[in-house]
Amino acid sequence: MQKEYDHKGYIHSTESFGTVDGPGVRFVVFFQGCPMRCLYCHNPDTWKQGEGKRMTVEEILDAYKKNEVFYKNGGLTATGGEPLMQLDFLTELFREAKKQGIHTCLDTSGIMYRKERQQEFEKLFDVLDLVLLDFKHSNEEEHKALTGLSQKHVLEFAGALEKAGIPMIVRHVVVPGITDQEEHLKNFGKLLAGFKNVRGLEVLPYHTMGKVKYEKLGLSYPLEHIENMDAEKAREARNIILRAFQRSISGEFNP
Amino acid sequence: MRQEWASFKGGVWEKEINVRDFIQKNYTPYEGDETFLAGPTKATNELWEQVMELTEEERNKGGVLDMDTHIISTITSHGPGYLNKEKEKIVGFQTDKPFKRALQPNGGIRMAIKACEDNGYHVDPEIVDFYTKYRKTHNDGVFDVYSPEMRACRSSHIITGLPDAYGRGRIIGDYRRVALYGVDRLIEDKEDQKAGTRSNMYEDVIRNREELSEQIKALKELKKLGEIYGFDISRPAQNVQEAIQWLYFGYLAAIKEQNGAAMSLGRTSTFLDIYAERDLANGTFTEEQIQEFIDHFIMKLRLVKFARTPEYNALFSGDPTWVTESIAGMGIDGRSMVTKMSYRYLHTLSNLGPAPEPNLTVLWSTRLPQNFKRFCAKTSIASSSIQYENDDLMRVTHGDDYAIACCVSSMRVGKEMQFFGARANLAKCLLYAINGGVDEITKKQVGPKYRPITSEYLDYDEVMERYDDMSRWLSHVYVNTLNIIHYMHDKYCYERLQMALHDKNVTRWFATGIAGLSVIADSLSAIKYAKVKTIRDENGIVVDFEVEGDYPKYGNDDDRVDEIAYKIVKDFMHYVGTTQTYRGGIPTTSILTITSNVVYGKNTGATPDGRKAGEPFAPGANPMHGRDSHGAVASLSSVAKLPFKEAQDGISNTFSIIPGALGKEDMVMLDSISLDDLSFSLEPDCACCEPNLSVDEAE
Repeated sequence: MQKEYDHKGYIHSTESFGTVDGPGVRFVVFFQGCPMRCLYCHNPDTWKQGEGKRMTVEEILDAYKKNEVFYKNGGLTATGGEPLMQLDFLTELFREAKKQGIHTCLDTSGIMYRKERQQEFEKLFDVLDLVLLDFKHSNEEEHKALTGLSQKHVLEFAGALEKAGIPMIVRHVVVPGITDQEEHLKNFGKLLAGFKNVRGLEVLPYHTMGKVKYEKLGLSYPLEHIENMDAEKAREARNIILRAFQRSISGEFNP
Repeated sequence: MRQEWASFKGGVWEKEINVRDFIQKNYTPYEGDETFLAGPTKATNELWEQVMELTEEERNKGGVLDMDTHIISTITSHGPGYLNKEKEKIVGFQTDKPFKRALQPNGGIRMAIKACEDNGYHVDPEIVDFYTKYRKTHNDGVFDVYSPEMRACRSSHIITGLPDAYGRGRIIGDYRRVALYGVDRLIEDKEDQKAGTRSNMYEDVIRNREELSEQIKALKELKKLGEIYGFDISRPAQNVQEAIQWLYFGYLAAIKEQNGAAMSLGRTSTFLDIYAERDLANGTFTEEQIQEFIDHFIMKLRLVKFARTPEYNALFSGDPTWVTESIAGMGIDGRSMVTKMSYRYLHTLSNLGPAPEPNLTVLWSTRLPQNFKRFCAKTSIASSSIQYENDDLMRVTHGDDYAIACCVSSMRVGKEMQFFGARANLAKCLLYAINGGVDEITKKQVGPKYRPITSEYLDYDEVMERYDDMSRWLSHVYVNTLNIIHYMHDKYCYERLQMALHDKNVTRWFATGIAGLSVIADSLSAIKYAKVKTIRDENGIVVDFEVEGDYPKYGNDDDRVDEIAYKIVKDFMHYVGTTQTYRGGIPTTSILTITSNVVYGKNTGATPDGRKAGEPFAPGANPMHGRDSHGAVASLSSVAKLPFKEAQDGISNTFSIIPGALGKEDMVMLDSISLDDLSFSLEPDCACCEPNLSVDEAE
């Protein structure tokens, strides 16, 4: 968080043709700064806080409106980095966007959620159409090992979204040897079944394309020894999650 | 009413040659989905297999299977040719057998000889002798008249791709007329036109009368072509098979006469659907039979082949024919022009497999039926073989019976034609402006000896002033060069048959073209917003540049540079318009060097944007490779700011994207696994389902 909020965000970059971060063609805003250090992160250049281009809500929406004809079946997506690190700015951005009838989508890990700040978050929820929740791991210990942080707040965040009636599409990266074990995948499916606001599941095969960025930043690449995830195996992983999800759901509904 | 027209709704089209009226009165828009479509028949599969074998043989022989070296191609020059007469439902080849390329020397004997020699064949010496001593070609005519300046521009590549040694193409005959009216009626109409010319024998009247006579002769030959294959096409077609066959004879006659750079087909599907609907209703043919006719027709279009030199193919990257067929679009009365036949044409891509030719082009409107849009998307994903063009943009000026020639040139079928116009290399023009007309590669004085720029660092205003003068000069030479070319083409290589399938009063578009737009836009932006230092050779000719600092680059939706690109196009067109054009041609321009950008770049020295000598240009109106850093929409927006009004012949933006970047394939929306108990609804037009037509089921 900035010390004093000056109605400007720290923005890493914008992408005018986003097709993979929410429904339709979207204008994607990459927020700068992230508290997580996921081993497989492919945007390590968005980690550091307090860097990036300072942009106002107006500047972002101007860029959006210039080409809004492209986004009529899509909208605006905030991703990063972790947009929730700049909650005030994010809320302001989405509030203005909603005023103008723009579909808002937040791609987040949920890690910044705190019950104590529920009131602040509710202001965001009021202007939030869809969340892409990037769920890292079903197991607490593994979660810590993978991201450096506990999953507690992520689960609380998902619960808060459910309560607020905000739909979410869950994203999960399958990494060979880290998130592709059957037990984890099953547990993950069961875990998701507990949330009534899950609308979709996206299983992303891990890829090594982020590697060059590490080199550029002078960072060592943590998953040096791990290969790209096979797309077919990722599909299998997805099916395991879905089966567990379905069984859990039908168990709930037809005891 | 003629018996062939029984049950058609009558109208003006009966009294005059007016295919559009016939279509509008009779076609049935189709809003359903693709489930009615039929797969390939046994005969289709067998024929296609035969084609694949021949293709393999052709490839093994180095790209050409056979060439005619003795018979000059005319409409009636060759006996019938077949793949397998019993199986073919639509017949006709350019020569007496498939894959044999015809000899077409009227554009230029040297090119014809070279095309043969390069492929290991030798033109009959008697023919060479004849075309050298007794019969002048288009190519000879042009070079008799070219000025030294024009020759210099040509060889230094500041004007490139001139159709002065080969057929210009880009003319679309209204081949539907052959089917609807039969050839006799068309001859009658042309006789009538000839009788109605002005009676004072001014030069243009004489030419007009001579051309009409040629057209009539060509139509008579067309009838003979029908006879060679055993058909009487003097009368109208009476069912869909005949309609396709008649129409194809019209097209076949055109490609037997002309080896044009682009020999496009027109807009035939909705027209043919009228016959198909009638036959289906009468029980004359089944859906399977009709699909078979279309499959065989498209198969023929895939086998259109011309004798060309390896250089020509290098310029266009391949062995293209641009048999473009325009499909769908909206009618000006608000009805969609999608018919079942639109589906059948696209369905050939799955019945016969994907192919780049014919160039199936969907005239896209946001108002096309949703089912058809989905079918197009699905077929595109499976075949990567559909071209899309903006009907909403073109319909405004061209109405609802226009077609695309080549890749983007739109013209009303049978009413408009185009004088194809090559390209002016504007990046090179900028270098001439800096070097006072001296070519940066050959160091020859090609352009006028205007004052060169002598300062070390380039000043924007000074460069613009010089560029303005130089582009004025260039457009003048360019248009005049084209004037010569089209005069000679009309004289020595006249498109008799294609023009016979046009109205009496034809609108002629005088096409020009621009190459290197993004190079010059970025160069001027660099000069304006960064510092550009000149590097000179021992004679003071600027041969390289050093760019100090950053500058706004075209392709990022940045008005500072996009305005420059806009101005370049607008000014160039303005200067083109100040030069008299041949035959009252209306000047247009295009920005669409889709593949030849590599060759143009090779012939252009280093430019002030930091591009090194010989580096390829970006294709068409594309931003330079790698300089658009704000995503596709920003890149497209820069291109979209170019004035279409000034470049009505087309602006192209080549855009490729990996499938994964176009949307999620592997996302499961939970409604697809029938979780009925979870009651949520996806909006019907939910965009995330749209690009994922091939989402595979989870279980």
